[in-house]
Amino acid sequence: MTPEHGFEHPDVIICPGGPLLLRGDHVVEDADGVAHETVRPVSAVCRCGKSADQPWCDGTHKVLAARDRP
Amino acid sequence: MLLPKARGELSEALFDTLRSESEVEGLDLRPTDGDDAHIALWAMYELHYAGFEDVDDEREWNPEVLRLRRRLERDFEAELRARHTATTLDEPFAEGLFAYIAHHDGPSLAAHVQRKADREQVLELLRHRSIYHLKESDPVAWSVPRLPTAPKAALMELQYDEFGGGDPNRLHAHLFALGLEASGLRADPFAYIDDVPVEILELNNAMSLFGLHRRLRAASLGHLAAFEATSSLPSRRMAQGLARLELPQEMIAYYEEHVEADAVHEQLAVRTICGALVAAEPHLVDDVVFGAFTCLDLEDRYAQRMLDEWVAA
Ligand code: FES
Ligand SMILES: [Fe+2]
Ligand SMILES: [Fe+2]
Repeated sequence: MTPEHGFEHPDVIICPGGPLLLRGDHVVEDADGVAHETVRPVSAVCRCGKSADQPWCDGTHKVLAARDRP
Repeated sequence: MLLPKARGELSEALFDTLRSESEVEGLDLRPTDGDDAHIALWAMYELHYAGFEDVDDEREWNPEVLRLRRRLERDFEAELRARHTATTLDEPFAEGLFAYIAHHDGPSLAAHVQRKADREQVLELLRHRSIYHLKESDPVAWSVPRLPTAPKAALMELQYDEFGGGDPNRLHAHLFALGLEASGLRADPFAYIDDVPVEILELNNAMSLFGLHRRLRAASLGHLAAFEATSSLPSRRMAQGLARLELPQEMIAYYEEHVEADAVHEQLAVRTICGALVAAEPHLVDDVVFGAFTCLDLEDRYAQRMLDEWVAA
């Protein structure tokens, strides 16, 4: 069944305890001021600060204690 | 490519009749063992992918072949279901599914590759992995026309990235082929099929089983979710292990791409794909979990087998 106002399809999705998903093409500046272009239909921006692949999420948030997750 | 080597009475009868010009017949045999059943099933599935040079393309839909396929599939699905214990996921769904996957504990091949494996072991692993990675994401593509609107769009959003976003140079299966070639290995599809253990055949057959049956569409997507959600961190370990052993940059790049891509794909698979499926068809949640379990369990069985073999050597 189709929802009354169409399907949800946000440009930005905040994943609880995990990254921020960005749909479409963007330039993301990391904490050191370096600009990174997105290369895929959806990109995951790290919110926990612990990814070794900044500014992108690399799944590291999953091994953090609950209190250290965003 | 030609049919693989038979592994028992049933696969021998099947491959003989597939190659022959006469009517398909003589398939009412019991498989000798798991190897025999799974190489037969794998070859019948392969008729739906690239096929074989020594088999007439017509035989993809031969009723005798389909009858045998169905018999082996029923046995295989019954075995997979017997291994699985039904579980109720915590709410909300996405957090529940992530937690279910995270709580599953199993042996890690990636940790072995990162720290201890030697070059021979890693090359063996890559040969085994080539059976799937050279058609990466193809089995779940069968599920696309079997889905309602929201999960269908979501699955295509993920698949578009697996298939390179329209650029063949970035298609994941192709990146793996480049890695194989640079490593001095063969990159033609299933070149190493005769060398793989039954656990690899089971891994591949489970994905085709789930993909080719509309009834099992939820298991197909649950499998995808577990696969993606156990990929980023192990891919980083694989990349580090390959670098330690000085394997070529092309092979390392394949795993590095999966660190980043699968950190996105796990969120999509769990939230926008499986989440949208169970929102549209709530009764399918048990099969999502069944598919996720099957992915994790078959990976464990393969990892345990290889770690045991390498320790014994
Ligand atoms: S949010 Fe995933 S690694 Fe930081
Ligand atoms: Fe991939
Ligand atoms: Fe992926």
